[in-house]
Amino acid sequence: MTELKLQEEIERYLNGEMSPQERKQFELLRKEDASINHKLAEHQLFTQVLKQYNTRLALETRLNAIHDEIDVHTLTESLMIHPSWVVRLWRNHHSKISVAASIGIFAVLSVMFLTGYFSNQDSKYIQLKRDVANLNIKTTQLKKDVAQSAKGGNRSVADRYRGTGFAITSGGILVTNYHVVSEYDSVYVQNAAGKSFKAKVLYTEPQSDIAILKIVDTAFHNLGPIPYTFKKTASDLAENVYTYGYPQDQPVYGYGKLTSANGLNGDSLDYQISIPVNPGNSGGPLMDNKGNVIGIVQAKQSQLEGVHFAVKTSYLLSALDSLDQKVTLNTKNTMSNLNDAQQLKKLKNYVFMVKVYDK
Amino acid sequence: MNKEFKDSIPTDSEVILGILNNSESVLKRLYVAYFPMVLQLIINNNGTPDDAKDIYQEAIIILYNKIKAGDFELSSKLKTFIYSVCRRLWLKRLSQMSRYGGDIRDFHDHFQVDEDVDKQNDLDVQFSKMESALQLLGEPCKTIMEDFYIHNLSMQDICDRFGYTNADNAKTQKYKCLQRLKKLFFQQK
Repeated sequence: MTELKLQEEIERYLNGEMSPQERKQFELLRKEDASINHKLAEHQLFTQVLKQYNTRLALETRLNAIHDEIDVHTLTESLMIHPSWVVRLWRNHHSKISVAASIGIFAVLSVMFLTGYFSNQDSKYIQLKRDVANLNIKTTQLKKDVAQSAKGGNRSVADRYRGTGFAITSGGILVTNYHVVSEYDSVYVQNAAGKSFKAKVLYTEPQSDIAILKIVDTAFHNLGPIPYTFKKTASDLAENVYTYGYPQDQPVYGYGKLTSANGLNGDSLDYQISIPVNPGNSGGPLMDNKGNVIGIVQAKQSQLEGVHFAVKTSYLLSALDSLDQKVTLNTKNTMSNLNDAQQLKKLKNYVFMVKVYDK
Repeated sequence: MNKEFKDSIPTDSEVILGILNNSESVLKRLYVAYFPMVLQLIINNNGTPDDAKDIYQEAIIILYNKIKAGDFELSSKLKTFIYSVCRRLWLKRLSQMSRYGGDIRDFHDHFQVDEDVDKQNDLDVQFSKMESALQLLGEPCKTIMEDFYIHNLSMQDICDRFGYTNADNAKTQKYKCLQRLKKLFFQQK
């Protein structure tokens, strides 16, 4: 039997076109030859798919015809949920937006990096660290380490530290900073004329950095009436103030403003002042321009220019109260109406260089 | 049957009977009734109206075949069935286009219809094979095949149509065409 004939037989069999006798014969053939059986099954499946495919096409055509009658556009308009334009923008373009944002962030970071923003951050951090370290160091105290700068040949090689002191009474009681005389063996004070007198430390108050000295030298004579007074109340910010002291062999005048009612880290012991002062100024008077002593120059902050500190007069007064002997303070101010130059002329005789000889 | 009744949503049993009886008007009413629901689902989930048409027709065909095959049990509402099938199909389409963001905005209840959809998917694969096989077959074979196997024309009719001198020639031609078509169909992966 040829392939063509077999194919025909299969089709006739499947379509039920065979007579009962032919049918019987063909079924016998199927049993004998498995390949015929296989062909039959394959053909059956194939024609089935072909028919189904066509049915599908027909159905699709029908559905398309129905679909064409629907006004899809109007329906779409009415059924579309319109979220706010931001949401729509995000939904439709979120990948683009994300990419743009990433590029933006990257660009900003690159620019920051290239312009050294990050290294600046670093240095700020170091500055902060320095400040923290300052808390420990507190302040560089303004006593002058003479020995370490002992290149000045005209200076006595024996004196170890220098500071400034000023008179409280005409009888030779002086005040300076405790830190100036803290390591003293003997103390001398030198007046504006260059004459030295031996002094002894009467009293010290380390917590307020105050030391009271008394000139015990026999060569010393009465100073005459003190021209300035001591201000008991707190001074106002922005008040004009000045200092006078011995950072060098010659007295130096310094002029500035009272900048804060409190010292380093809110220390209520001190005023903060903006006067250029130097080592050796410690213990000098801080004057307002009415001729009142408002403080004792004490320290400077090591890292910042123009930030200096002075112990408030009220601490000096309370220290004086602790003395064994009664100290009568001058109450008559003879400087109040004078200008600065005239004030200094009066003041200079009452301000001394304090020279300390260590053990 | 007045127009209003004609356009109303058909009841579920009406649809089943109508499809079994090849009723054109029931099919139309069914189609018109649920298209807006599917359109709403698709266009609000990153789709276009054309996507909605494709998906909806596929779902209708699934329903149609299920009913024709007699294995449609009315265990749920037709509406829910159609919605679920469309939802499933659309999710599949979205992930194929990698536009699926992980969530879908739902408008109706739905249930699992994976089996129906997968079955349909297998059929679709066969159909697309058949489509391309027929395409490759070319004329006049394509028409001969369609006339004989689909439109059930006799060999004599075909012989007349194509001007073959006798039925045997037509038979030989038909046989050759069938062999080629089978080859094209089964060769495809």
